[in-house]
Amino acid sequence: MTLLTALPVILPLATAVAGLLLLSRPRWQAPIGLAGALALLAAAAALLVRTWRDGIQVIEVGGWPAPFGIVLVSDMLSAVMVTVAAAVGLAATVYSFRVVDAGRISAGYYALIHVLLMGVCGAFLSGDIFNLYVWFEVMLMASFVLLVIGGERPQFEAGLKYVALNLLGSVGFLSGVGLLYGAAGTLNMADLAVRVGEADADARYYTVVAMLFLVAFGLKAAVFPLYFWLPASYHTAPAPVAALFAGLLTKVGVYSLLRVFTLIFTQDTGYTRELLLWISAATMVSGVLGAAAHQDMKRILSFHIISQIGYMTMGLALATPLALGGALFYMVHNIIAKTNLFFVAGVVRRLRGSYELKDLGGLARAHPWLAAAFFVSAFSLAGVPPLSGFFAKFIMVRAAIETREYAVAGVMLGVGLLTLFSMVKIWTEAFLKPSPGGAVSEGAVGAASWVPVIAFALLAIAMGVGAEWWWRPMELAGQQLFDRTGYIEAVLGGGAR
Amino acid sequence: MELLLAVTVGWLYACGLYLLLRRTLAQVVIGLALLTNGTNLLIFVAAGLVRGEPPLIGEGQEVLAAGTADPLPQALILTAIVIGFAIQAFAMALAYRVYRSVGSDDIDALTTTEPPPPPVAVQTAEGEP
Repeated sequence: MTLLTALPVILPLATAVAGLLLLSRPRWQAPIGLAGALALLAAAAALLVRTWRDGIQVIEVGGWPAPFGIVLVSDMLSAVMVTVAAAVGLAATVYSFRVVDAGRISAGYYALIHVLLMGVCGAFLSGDIFNLYVWFEVMLMASFVLLVIGGERPQFEAGLKYVALNLLGSVGFLSGVGLLYGAAGTLNMADLAVRVGEADADARYYTVVAMLFLVAFGLKAAVFPLYFWLPASYHTAPAPVAALFAGLLTKVGVYSLLRVFTLIFTQDTGYTRELLLWISAATMVSGVLGAAAHQDMKRILSFHIISQIGYMTMGLALATPLALGGALFYMVHNIIAKTNLFFVAGVVRRLRGSYELKDLGGLARAHPWLAAAFFVSAFSLAGVPPLSGFFAKFIMVRAAIETREYAVAGVMLGVGLLTLFSMVKIWTEAFLKPSPGGAVSEGAVGAASWVPVIAFALLAIAMGVGAEWWWRPMELAGQQLFDRTGYIEAVLGGGAR
Repeated sequence: MELLLAVTVGWLYACGLYLLLRRTLAQVVIGLALLTNGTNLLIFVAAGLVRGEPPLIGEGQEVLAAGTADPLPQALILTAIVIGFAIQAFAMALAYRVYRSVGSDDIDALTTTEPPPPPVAVQTAEGEP
């Protein structure tokens, strides 16, 4: 038995506890947060390497054997997501150093980031459906507080909408768990997969339960038509928090959809996949059209989160090994590019004091490095080769053509074009056109903000140029998701006991 | 008994959703509380009701006797109650802060996070812009 699988949960917990115990010493908060984030990234990378070399890792918490105890499972999907989450957590922590005010820090800002990371990593690793619900709530609680602490009226208003709608999603999720347990008599995901697939199981009942999960996770992932809370709330948060939310929170919803619809609810794939196909296409189109209508940088980026989620759920709808691996590749690419775009928007805001495109201008001349970082991230999001987004879209389009879904492939390419339009809009308005007010007084931006921006831009380039190496773990993850017997055997067959 | 509880669950969901759709902040928070309680009851009913057989292992025995109540849903509900309690407390505090900063408990007054309406040419009765 190895503790490594549980470390991505234990380390953020320890960091958060240390941070809260030392809450009366604001100077210690940032170093503790940084140390915790570095340790988390190291543990996550070690877990990724071990999962890559030795196959699926299982730890039975408290020594209770599956399916009775709670298991933490790390397959390639989980391990990759945990690693990316740790990287985003580290970047957001570093970015926060000069940005976050003293009020937020003494309210436990850094500790809350680690509570959030604990929830996210726990959700990625959990092999128990009720435990997944608990991690969701841990993550949501931390995100509620991060959104409203130190805030003013816009944060409170956005927070209320965010809390109400996410609670509604949680109620749906919990109802689904209750109904699932009532019929199958187990909560372990691998055991559920076996029981739901049994011949005498009532497939129609499970399809109804599956729809509850689809609504609950769809709400968190912000798919059509459940995305309306996202553009109403994300843009009010401070830049590092918005980047963290944009990068991670919706992806936890996508991850959960991928997990339950490849592992548990495989009894009526004709219906669920058709439904997911339509939902994904509608998500892509409505998100990108919403972005085209707006003139506020953070709001445009918020709508693009929605549009990109559609590509990831499309991977689930197509459900070939290539499409599932492609969905993961897309998620990783999107987390890197999207987080960085929010980082850049935050820097722009501090330089010029606005997110409105009409107030901005001349940034390319004044700050070529910032312009380069934005250019790389934005055009990666739009799918311009040789950046990461090109390969992500290439894999998805290829998967669509291989399954003969030509209309889907067409929608993907069209949405890519509209994404490019939005990004070019920001690029010309904020960076290329001369500044509207002539000479401007600029706020100061410390090195702590530049490091994550440049690092993530380099990651986006590396993921594009070295796409083949990045694809190999994702390809394995796609195969593991497509053929669920490996997961079931690893959990129920004893695993690494 | 199952039927009665099932109807209760449905009634709690209906009331909760109705209150969620109201425009008053306090009613929305109460609606969330009702929904959470309905869900807890749903887990209890869905897992099956057993009367008068508590899940206690008898003296000198190793395992539960057949036909005793399932202890797991009760543990789940306990966890869900704790989570629901924390979130409702937070939602109430937040609703209060919203009320204090907005000066109204009307949901329709929460408009500062929405984009300003786009400039539209207003058509007057005579058809002139």
